[in-house]
Amino acid sequence: MADKIATRESYGNALAELGEKYDFVVLDADLAAATKTGVFKKKFPERFFDCGIAEGNMMTVAAGIATTGKLVFASTFAMFAAGRAFEQIRNSIGYPNLNVKIGATHAGITVGEDGATHQCLEDLALMRTIPGMTVVSPADDVEARAAVEAAMTHKGPMYMRFGRLAVPVLFDKNTYKFELGKGAVLADGKDVTIVATGVMVGMALEARELLANEGISARVINIHTIKPIDREIILAAAADTGAIVTAEEHNIIGGLGSAVAEVVCEGKPVPVLRVGTEDCFGRSGKVPALLEYYGLTPANIAAKAKAAVALKK
Amino acid sequence: MEQAKKLELQSVATEIRLGALLGVHAAKSGHPGGSLSIADLLAYLYFYKMRVDAKNPDDPDRDRLVLSKGHTAPALYATLAEKGFFPKEELAKLRQVDSFLQGHPDMKHTPGVDMTTGSLGLGISAAAGMALAAKIAGKDYRTYAIVGDGESEEGQVWEACMFAAHYKLDNFCLVIDWNGLQIDGPVAEVMNPTPHDKKLEAFGFNVISIDGHDFDQIDAAFTAAENCKGKPTAIIAKTTKGKGVSFMENQVGWHGNAPSDEQYEQAVAELKGGN
Repeated sequence: MADKIATRESYGNALAELGEKYDFVVLDADLAAATKTGVFKKKFPERFFDCGIAEGNMMTVAAGIATTGKLVFASTFAMFAAGRAFEQIRNSIGYPNLNVKIGATHAGITVGEDGATHQCLEDLALMRTIPGMTVVSPADDVEARAAVEAAMTHKGPMYMRFGRLAVPVLFDKNTYKFELGKGAVLADGKDVTIVATGVMVGMALEARELLANEGISARVINIHTIKPIDREIILAAAADTGAIVTAEEHNIIGGLGSAVAEVVCEGKPVPVLRVGTEDCFGRSGKVPALLEYYGLTPANIAAKAKAAVALKK
Repeated sequence: MEQAKKLELQSVATEIRLGALLGVHAAKSGHPGGSLSIADLLAYLYFYKMRVDAKNPDDPDRDRLVLSKGHTAPALYATLAEKGFFPKEELAKLRQVDSFLQGHPDMKHTPGVDMTTGSLGLGISAAAGMALAAKIAGKDYRTYAIVGDGESEEGQVWEACMFAAHYKLDNFCLVIDWNGLQIDGPVAEVMNPTPHDKKLEAFGFNVISIDGHDFDQIDAAFTAAENCKGKPTAIIAKTTKGKGVSFMENQVGWHGNAPSDEQYEQAVAELKGGN
């Protein structure tokens, strides 16, 4: 059985491990224990600065630090980064194109019991509308660590989305290669393509098995970089399989589904159906129950895939 | 301060006021009132106090100034042009589509602008970040943030103050441009943020209140700020909105309106005559 680890853990561990190799500082807003930047703080206390519960100030302080050439990571929950501090990120980090890396944890409904106020389902949409913002949504521990390392040398603003829920390790750290802006075909197929991000990638692979049992051959693509999105891999999938289903732990409006639909509509129009929360807020509950409640399941991905196949001409 | 230096700074401040009005008049839009109120402070900072070099605008060891009240960019641009960061002819292109002089400061395209600002309440945080970065890097540069009195109604201003005091950023100096007016009327009537002195003291600042048009008081305050160790300093500068142009002084209507040709001519005559 595969190991399970939350990508927020990967974030904190990666910061701590890379702290010797790279020169950077880390800010948090009283959530170091939850975002796991506390792991870095323990190892490099002189390079960690708690900003208290004041996320807007933290983002703009990060911008100020970045103007001096210092690499800075600013961390809080996705809701309070992309949500609360949207304008600070937009005007103080995005517009001047400053080298601030935003580590946003507790994204999506897998936050669980804390409920709707803390379950950010809009961050991918908000962040990808900011010009020059790179938006990353890793699927597992290996990918999340690789994304953090990529952030060390990438220049410019970047939003990284991490989760609270422990998720299976999908990739082999010895062979895995991470390249910003590049998707990956995890499994090939000819009838339909499932394009997934974050925690939905593992479910997409499970959905592929369900579809195979019914004689449908599904390609599975992992998109860890929501922006800039890998147009080539998506257009190739549209051309090769003629139907696409997207899967994300996010509102179906504005996130991966929208990004994929934009590419497909402009380049190779084929049916695109979206799995995600369907323009609604989250709620409290145990994570498995919530995933079922909102249709973030292999079964629903498979059902949507069949519907997409049926829409093919 | 020596009389000769004072006269020189007064002359520079007049040039800043003229340059700001030139831009706003040419653009037929912009914010003259609050530009005129900070002209003396900018003259003092850029032509006396701050360690800046127009030939090396990105010098990592330079002092920084963040115009948190970014709408008064015309005064900052006039200051930077006067200092030689870019030709003064650029001022006439303020707010034009082919100009690098944006309606609000843009650090990416304007030499000498240390931070992109305009959305109120943000610049002060960025300045605090720069001051923290100096501490981290062991550098001795100082960072100044000019915040409007109306701007201090933004909650983030106080988040930034809490931050600056918490990290004992004695290399950070907040300047409140207390001109008493904001778009909708007198600051005291729209949403009274006073008393700034007591609030800032309670937040852990060394607080100095001055006449923001008196160079002796300005010099004494900024020198005291430099000498204050262990906590940030806030200078509350009482100023006159529209300072130097009779019909603009203390008039709410000149917050964000451009003068007509006739009004512009009169303003220029008054400023030149008053020097």
